[in-house]
Amino acid sequence: MAKDLHTGYEALTSVDAISAGLEGVGYISTRQISTAVFLAHGLRKPILIEGPAGVGKTDLAASMARWLDVPLLRLQCYEGLDEGKALYEWKYGKQLLYTQILKEKLNDVIGDAPTLEASLGKLSSFEDLFFSEQFLESRPLLTAMQQPAGSVLLIDEIDKSDEEFEAFLLEVLSDYQVTVPEIGTIRANVPPVVILTSNNVRELGDALKRRCLHLHIGFPDHARERRIVRARVDGISDALLDQLVGFVQSVREVDIKKRPSIAETVDWARTLLLLHAGTLDETFVRDTLNVLLKHESDIAAISPDIPKLLRESSKTRPGERSASGYPALD
Amino acid sequence: MERQITNFIRALRSSDVQVSTGEALDAARAVKLVGYSDRQFLKDSLGCVLAKSPTEKQTFDTLFDLYFSRPQDKAPDEEDGTTSEDSPDAEVGDPVSLVESGDEGAMSVAIERAAEAAGVDEIRFSTQVAYFAQQMVRQMGGERLQARLLEALQGRGPDAEAEANRLIDIRRELTLRARERAEKAFDVFGAGQTQQFRDDYAASKSLSAIDRVDMERMKRLIAKVAKRLAVKHSRRRRKKNRGQLDVRRTMRANAGLDGVPFNVIWRQKRRDRPKIVVICDVSGSVAQYVRFLLLLLWSMKDEVPDIHAFAFSHRLGAVDETLENRDFETAMAQILREYGMGSTSYGQAWSDMKVSHESVIDRRTTIMVLGDARSNYGDPRIDLFREFAGRAKRVIWLNPEGPALWGTGDSVLLRYRPFCAQVSHVATLKDLERAVDEVLSAYS
Repeated sequence: MAKDLHTGYEALTSVDAISAGLEGVGYISTRQISTAVFLAHGLRKPILIEGPAGVGKTDLAASMARWLDVPLLRLQCYEGLDEGKALYEWKYGKQLLYTQILKEKLNDVIGDAPTLEASLGKLSSFEDLFFSEQFLESRPLLTAMQQPAGSVLLIDEIDKSDEEFEAFLLEVLSDYQVTVPEIGTIRANVPPVVILTSNNVRELGDALKRRCLHLHIGFPDHARERRIVRARVDGISDALLDQLVGFVQSVREVDIKKRPSIAETVDWARTLLLLHAGTLDETFVRDTLNVLLKHESDIAAISPDIPKLLRESSKTRPGERSASGYPALD
Repeated sequence: MERQITNFIRALRSSDVQVSTGEALDAARAVKLVGYSDRQFLKDSLGCVLAKSPTEKQTFDTLFDLYFSRPQDKAPDEEDGTTSEDSPDAEVGDPVSLVESGDEGAMSVAIERAAEAAGVDEIRFSTQVAYFAQQMVRQMGGERLQARLLEALQGRGPDAEAEANRLIDIRRELTLRARERAEKAFDVFGAGQTQQFRDDYAASKSLSAIDRVDMERMKRLIAKVAKRLAVKHSRRRRKKNRGQLDVRRTMRANAGLDGVPFNVIWRQKRRDRPKIVVICDVSGSVAQYVRFLLLLLWSMKDEVPDIHAFAFSHRLGAVDETLENRDFETAMAQILREYGMGSTSYGQAWSDMKVSHESVIDRRTTIMVLGDARSNYGDPRIDLFREFAGRAKRVIWLNPEGPALWGTGDSVLLRYRPFCAQVSHVATLKDLERAVDEVLSAYS
């Protein structure tokens, strides 16, 4: 095992290197995220990322691919997803077409064969013609195995897929190989970095969980969120940034249906910038709250408290609070 | 190194964190990769490998801090791979000089060694702490100390008395340290199991005897049960019928391929989503059971979205909205206030059901009745009950009373019984789980 520990992905040498590298492509990591990536490389295991929507689960994979300069292969899961869509498929149409076209040629090949056995023998020398790589439509999983310099394989929202698909993933994830009966086993030269994400729509099977490293990404604390918005939104002033992040952090502590995540904060920051808001005041917040909150009832619940939340948020010092109900990130 | 990790994994397992052998190996590999030097790094790494859900992560964090907060003096250096554990000086030192020297390091080494010899990490229950502490003191030379103490006590004069006092203090000190260590071991290895034991006990305890203290525990348990049932039945619903070819759809799907059946389509069996109507008698004696049944069903709301609940003692009314809009305890209190008064009349309840809520019962519905069928000698309206039973998929009657009491006094259960697919006695959480499981199984 030890010998293939360092094939590919030369950049993944230490946790600090990972954090720095990801920051270079605009992803503000935490120590835990970087540790998970480091271990995923070191132990050759997939990472299973859980956490609320919009906290950067998918983005981690995209950023990894950008940083390592390898292709990102994305497999979006949904109910009914099967091998044909995930792994490979034979190009039936092409096969059919070719058999029709080659019909004439068939006679030339076996034409002069005296007996049935002889013609069968001649035919069987061509048997692999229609089941060769030429007719193989490779889907994300197979493509990931075939990348010469490695890749980042993102299996998004695995919890949306069926149990059967989960079981089928096990071979791919533990051995990094794919078996195509007609051709043989295709083994990844450089195993891909595999990232699975889950929103916990259903409980995943134990077998799959066991094969993965587990990473929970929760809502960021004040300092990290500030850095993320700063990295994502150009030209936002410090004062507005502080106020904005403070406000979002306070909103997260209120018991509402859908708590705003980083994606919403970034959207909101962009909206405010577009409206040339210098500081956050009550009217601005009221007018743009629909960017931050996605449910009518949430907006109704927050609206009366806006002045209070604004007062609170301007008092908040960075790093003092973490989003309640989720494990602290630092 | 291996020992540290395997022991820690054992501690995790005893606290209900599932760690497979494969994961244990991964943990060892992770440790090899990150080393022991950076505690936080180690914690993050092991957390990644071993904890597989937020709750497990919490347990992991607590245990990690507990486990690795022990004196690390004897922790072997993983870099050069030598272990100091097997060093030759296994001979037990003199406890007196050990305590009096005030050497903390030597003391913790001695304590750890004694703990190891006494097998303290095998501790399961808090009552074992004293026993293990005693064993540890013995391992540290407690018997010799005792002998010297006896000798000193037999001597005369102030010298002997001072000596005796000194020895008593030392013994007390040793016992205290040993106890501390044993308690820690209990926190790490035993607490989870005790919790498990208490959970098992609560699950098989009669629901009417659950006191206020155990309410929180019951809520946790019910959430667990609900999750278990949800997982089980969501799995079952997804199963497809693979046996029969759907000729019509196959032909249509392959029309573009010249009728050559490349894509084969199998016939699928349509499955009804579970639809449950719970009718609860909320008069005094049954109210407690209703609480747990409703709590269980409401915890499964995601899995079984189609639940309608009705409560009655005299008059019957729908309580969905109350349960929907308030937190469970408040809702329950309100339901009891609204419907819990008045003398129980099953006949009245059925006729209210017939008049105002008949439409919720259709052929997909399972009716669950929770009650003791004690109708104060009123008309049981068997005719209406039979009509409901005929209209619904099936009727399940849950009775908190044991079978011996059915049909005694004003109980009319035996007259309802012919129309029920099943009549069960529910006394404990386990019974409830079985009953709900039974209802959901009928839909797969």
